[in-house]
Amino acid sequence: MSLQLLLRGLASLYPAARLLTGSAELAAYESDALTSFRARPAAVVLAETREEVIETVRLCHVHGVPFVPRGSGTSLSGGSLPLQDGIVIAMNRLDRILRLDPDERIAVVEPGVINRRITAAAAEHALLYAPDPSSQTVCSIGGNLAFNSGGAHCLRHGMTSNHVLGLEAVLPDGEVVRLGGDSLEAVGPDWLGLFVGSEGLFGIVLEVTLRLVAAPEAIHTVLATYPSLEAAGNAVARILADGLLPVAMEIMDELAIQAAASVVNGMPTVPALLIVELEGERALVDGDAERLDTAITASGALTTRATENPAERAEIWKGRKSAFSAVGRLAPDYLVQDGVVPRTHLAEALAAIGRLSSERGLRVANVFHAGDGNLHPLILFDSTESGALEQAEDLAGDILRLCVRLGGSITGEHGVGVEKLPHLIELTPAEDVELMCRLRHAVDPAELANRGKALPVVRTAAAA
Amino acid sequence: MISAASSIDALQEALRAHPQVLPRGAGTKPALSTPSGLTASLDVSGLSGFVDYDPAELTFTARAGTRVRDVDVVLSAERQYLPFDPPWPAATMGGIVAAGTSGPGSYRYGGVRDFIIGIRFLDAGGRLVGGGGRVVKNAAGFDLPKLMVGSLGRLGVLVELTFKVFPRPEAWATLRAEHPDLPTALEQVRRLARGPIELDALELHPSGTLWLRLSGPARTLPARCERLARAVGGNAELLDEEAADRGWQERREFAWVPAGADLVKAAVTPSRVPALDAELARAGAARRYSRAATLAWIAWPEPRPVTGLDLVLRRLGLTGLALTGRPSSGLLGARTGGAFAQRVRRGLDPHNRFPGV
Repeated sequence: MSLQLLLRGLASLYPAARLLTGSAELAAYESDALTSFRARPAAVVLAETREEVIETVRLCHVHGVPFVPRGSGTSLSGGSLPLQDGIVIAMNRLDRILRLDPDERIAVVEPGVINRRITAAAAEHALLYAPDPSSQTVCSIGGNLAFNSGGAHCLRHGMTSNHVLGLEAVLPDGEVVRLGGDSLEAVGPDWLGLFVGSEGLFGIVLEVTLRLVAAPEAIHTVLATYPSLEAAGNAVARILADGLLPVAMEIMDELAIQAAASVVNGMPTVPALLIVELEGERALVDGDAERLDTAITASGALTTRATENPAERAEIWKGRKSAFSAVGRLAPDYLVQDGVVPRTHLAEALAAIGRLSSERGLRVANVFHAGDGNLHPLILFDSTESGALEQAEDLAGDILRLCVRLGGSITGEHGVGVEKLPHLIELTPAEDVELMCRLRHAVDPAELANRGKALPVVRTAAAA
Repeated sequence: MISAASSIDALQEALRAHPQVLPRGAGTKPALSTPSGLTASLDVSGLSGFVDYDPAELTFTARAGTRVRDVDVVLSAERQYLPFDPPWPAATMGGIVAAGTSGPGSYRYGGVRDFIIGIRFLDAGGRLVGGGGRVVKNAAGFDLPKLMVGSLGRLGVLVELTFKVFPRPEAWATLRAEHPDLPTALEQVRRLARGPIELDALELHPSGTLWLRLSGPARTLPARCERLARAVGGNAELLDEEAADRGWQERREFAWVPAGADLVKAAVTPSRVPALDAELARAGAARRYSRAATLAWIAWPEPRPVTGLDLVLRRLGLTGLALTGRPSSGLLGARTGGAFAQRVRRGLDPHNRFPGV
């Protein structure tokens, strides 16, 4: 590995303003949304063209230097955490929407485009780009692909991967490949499906073809309040058992509601609230809305409020989607978890998290995608207290073990990153981890692409 | 040589006993499952049955040899279904995944790749490995369930599959609309696909005939059918239940394919259908366009070697897969995946224990 030779090569590729090596400039890139982890990279390049990205990766390969791609830096699992002896390739300036074809219902975009911009561009044609992570106003589509991001509406629409038709990517040795195409149908092994969600381990996406769907004719949003978290959880089970297929079902507990109330007006003061959304053809939504109303009434809701007014709907979702950042006001630090449990074990999981929280004396706020069984416990702590981070991490580990014991997963949409790597190793069968490492090495023998994330590093010697 | 196995142990043993193997389920897609040369056929159809199904969870796990029709029966009893209409009721679920085939219902909620959430398979070394799980959202590790969709039995031997399912609609209704020609019908397809009406299926015949399916609560259907009929034009006519069932059944079993023709699927987009259709008409191939003209089913006439279609697809920049006819990897037309595909394949099967993709 020769960092000095790489830096010399990068200096001839980038103007000085786009090759950052000074400590003040690098400070901004030391961490992503997982702020408890930090590392200062050797350099950051601000790429503006696909050719620059390809050449940068090629130079890293030649000189054996690991690289970390970074979009908007919103990863909650440390997916874009730098490496001290590596470089960061900032992708956010590759931000053009190259083509939007309403007849074919596709958008071709560069990876740095912000998720929300695609949704807005599609809306001009009465189309919808469905995946909507809570960070949609800032997160980039390249990061969404790398982590197969979800969002509140995946209950019906699926994850990012279900909306990617094709991509162009540079592999970790500089070779450029195209996967998939522009059709909804695919032929042969789903190489594209393997690439999406690989947390940057297979290379860097240069261009993406996304699927757009018709914007729904009607959207019906219901906000119901409950006397307990358990009652809200049972309502979700009842709605699913009734054969309804809402597009989203979200729950917030008392602490999360309190936090959101500090940034959004009109949040109720209750132990739990449930947001359910129906969307689609008017006649279907009207029929389902009646059934939903019956189910929610029968589930013991304290109050219900239904709306089809766009402004009211936006307000409801603002309360939900600002919950993570708002929880930041309740404590100096927090860890967000992302475990998944089978939907039938939701109430059991929440009760167990409550017990673990009081046993360890750490406050936990819950805001989660109830319809998918995807929990987001936010563990509150103060990192200035000695041992507090470790205690929070211990609790996080207990919660993930619980999820796996109940038949679930350690992460639903945030990815493994650096933060859940120990849990992946602990809770995944060794032969499955070994298989993934084999695939990774087949593509990137020196483990240069996003080393240290998603999978254990096993070949540092080869890279040295 | 054929090895049949009804347990994972027996499969592992059979896999290790032969230098090269090709798995076979029910044999509904013989071009993909018939080995050539010294390759042994590994019959996995005996490895069947449900492993786990909790209707409240809206997921099920079944062994790869489980038949599509058996899955239909079990899910229907709980008023649930796989919305993508897996083709061939006699096929195995493993075959559906390995061939990557989805039926007309995939228009609304997506195809097999959108419903598979977990997988266990034997890798080339006979190790039982897997990915995904039994929950509908899972970002831990590579998406191996998706990789195995379309893997053609050439990346591993599928053993166990987990799918998410949806509540089964109470009722269906089918409309047929006759437009004068393909371009007019294609324009309607584009309009409908961008419009507010939630169709279950949107099928197109080269003559300009559209088949449209709606589903939902029975009481909503009459008004919705009327609205759809107005939107689609072409003297749209509501089919009686028997005619509708027969039409969908014919599609699901490919009964429209002339005897002796080779069945090929191709990935298309509405704008590329006219050029392809002209070539297919010239060759005398029967064909249907599915899922709002994003999937072409082609019955290539037997006297013409399928290599002719390969050239057509290449010229148009399209990809295809031959499902019946002479044994092959099935892949036709343009190739995708490039170096990434080669490397992943080498990582999974360094000693070519499976035939090449």
